[in-house]
Amino acid sequence: MSFLSKSLAIARKEALAEMRTREMVFAVLVFTLLVLVIFNFTTGVSPQVVHDIAPGLLWATFSFSGVLALNRSFVREKENGCLDGLMACPADREVIYAGKALSSLVFMLSIEIIALVIFTLLFNVNVLSLPLILITFLATIGFAAVGTLFSALSANTRAREMVLPILFLPVVLPVVISAVQASEKVLDGKSWGGLSPYLQLILAFDVVITAVSYLVFAYVIEQ
Amino acid sequence: MKGKETLKTVGLFAALALFVAALYMVFIYVPTEAQMGVVQRIFYFHVPLAWLGLLSYTLVFISSIMFLWKRNASWDNLASSAAEIGFIFTTLFLISGSLWAKPAWGVWWTWTPRLTTALILWFIYIAYLTVRFYAPEKQQGARFGAVVGIVGFVDVPIIALATTIWQSEHPGALIFEGGLAPEMKLTLMTSIAAFTVLYIFLLTLSTGLKKRENEIEELREKLE
Amino acid sequence: MPNGNPETVQTVIETRGVTKRFGNRLVLKGIDLTVRRGELAVLFGPNGAGKTTLLRILATIMNPTAGTITIDGFSAKDDAGVIRRKIGVVSHLTFLYNDLTIRENLDFYARMYDVPQRKERIQETVEMVGMGARLNDRVGTLSRGMQQRVAIARAVLHQPEILLFDEPETGLDQRIISVLWDNLRYEKGVKRTIVLTTHDLDRGLELGERFLVLSRGTVVYDNVRAQVDTSLLRQTYEQWAGVAI
Repeated sequence: MSFLSKSLAIARKEALAEMRTREMVFAVLVFTLLVLVIFNFTTGVSPQVVHDIAPGLLWATFSFSGVLALNRSFVREKENGCLDGLMACPADREVIYAGKALSSLVFMLSIEIIALVIFTLLFNVNVLSLPLILITFLATIGFAAVGTLFSALSANTRAREMVLPILFLPVVLPVVISAVQASEKVLDGKSWGGLSPYLQLILAFDVVITAVSYLVFAYVIEQ
Repeated sequence: MKGKETLKTVGLFAALALFVAALYMVFIYVPTEAQMGVVQRIFYFHVPLAWLGLLSYTLVFISSIMFLWKRNASWDNLASSAAEIGFIFTTLFLISGSLWAKPAWGVWWTWTPRLTTALILWFIYIAYLTVRFYAPEKQQGARFGAVVGIVGFVDVPIIALATTIWQSEHPGALIFEGGLAPEMKLTLMTSIAAFTVLYIFLLTLSTGLKKRENEIEELREKLE
Repeated sequence: MPNGNPETVQTVIETRGVTKRFGNRLVLKGIDLTVRRGELAVLFGPNGAGKTTLLRILATIMNPTAGTITIDGFSAKDDAGVIRRKIGVVSHLTFLYNDLTIRENLDFYARMYDVPQRKERIQETVEMVGMGARLNDRVGTLSRGMQQRVAIARAVLHQPEILLFDEPETGLDQRIISVLWDNLRYEKGVKRTIVLTTHDLDRGLELGERFLVLSRGTVVYDNVRAQVDTSLLRQTYEQWAGVAI
């Protein structure tokens, strides 16, 4: 239980800090909305076109704003040597991983839900269906799992804002590919059955990647 | 020392011999393919490059695990060498694919599962090399690289699966090879052998070089 | 498991052959160190000598490349968690989150250290450092001196038997240390073991019971107060550090 309570303590701390400044929420949210608007004008305003490319639009947006959201995860620990403070605590290194992954997951999901609402309003495409939210949830788990690992890694490199997308985007591509296709099926009104191969793949990614990230995290964090 | 030098020379000559044989077979021995014509001969370079590009990342994966476990610099040298050479081979694979596709089908690129997976693998190689380059210290670069080596490799089968599912929904991609006549099989085998020996030779050269660089660094350290 | 009964073990901190290598740089070259229970050890050394690295290794923030660290009978390799509960760290960086209030910062660390009766303990430590009135203020709004005081409160929250101070005079105000010294030295009747690194020879000599000089990763001087010849110490330091103090 100690593992869980300490991970939650970390997640809670992250959420507190986030709500206090709101700087990240604001930046990522505005960025997300801007991307959506830009996409609208670069792909034509015809409703049919928008309907067809909606999944791609959504997931491109989520991928980029996901990178932005993940960037902040370990940067805050660098000020005042807080990472050392965390490392000196009697907790496994994996507790830090779990806490931060959880906090990133919640953060990204919040942004995504808001984006889905705005998308529905802006483009007249109903993306607020249960299957689509499920796809988003599962895919974001994968994002948070590997993104937290890579965020810790890139925070320790020069040019960290550049390194994270180079690491993150290729690795989550299978999730994005599957999420887009599954979203297409949902918007076309297909049943749950048709979603099954995609959901299975996203789930497989989540399980495998979370396990691997969890196991190697200590090597990234150690000095 | 002498033994290693001899082995290296033997390796170099073996690679050269095999390449001469392969080139002869590719350009003279094997008959021209019926459908695609002369340009199809790129196939005999294209396939070995793919095979070695993937094999190389497998090597990166294994050495990454061994390095994190044993913390022996030799494993790290192997990982970074395999990454550098694998990256080059994968780049050549992608380029040769384009050079083949354009005259054969009129397009520079097509999103087949194999090519797409290779492209993403190419990006993962870049991620590996980027992380090593941008690490503030060599020791951290080795560790970070190892992490990318492990996560990236685990991702490849998932990528292959995702692109295959994608393909089944978006048919119409071009197929690169049909059946193989015996002469073609033989040529392909020879070519694969030639490239593999070249790969091993380059790998040995690279790891040896890195080892010596490390030794120089250590000596320089001692002098300070 | 510890080798002996912790209460009777006199050596609290023991390192054998601790080496730390960063890439090809050898920062610590085989440190053998012993600190007895309740002792205040002062570690002198110029910049780059490896003091901070050694302290971070003692705090198990960092692993050594080679060598062993035994704290209160527990091995740092196998029982890091147990050791971390016994150690409080005060660095020139505060380890505090600027956007969170003092209370939130301390509550967080209290959870991470499994401090029983969190609320009461937070109140106790915060009053000890004289910051009781500002509990609900964000750390970022405090002056440097106040932040340092909160950093000290953070370090003693879990009642550690051992305190590690990294260069107090660069980060921490001398006055603060003087005022709080008794509280830092003793907690509920127990005399803490303290390791303190410093540039300031006079201050160090004033406080310490044992003196070590670290130079380029090696311990070049190690003696207890009774046997310290101040001029010899000064000389050794000058010689090895290349600077006068």
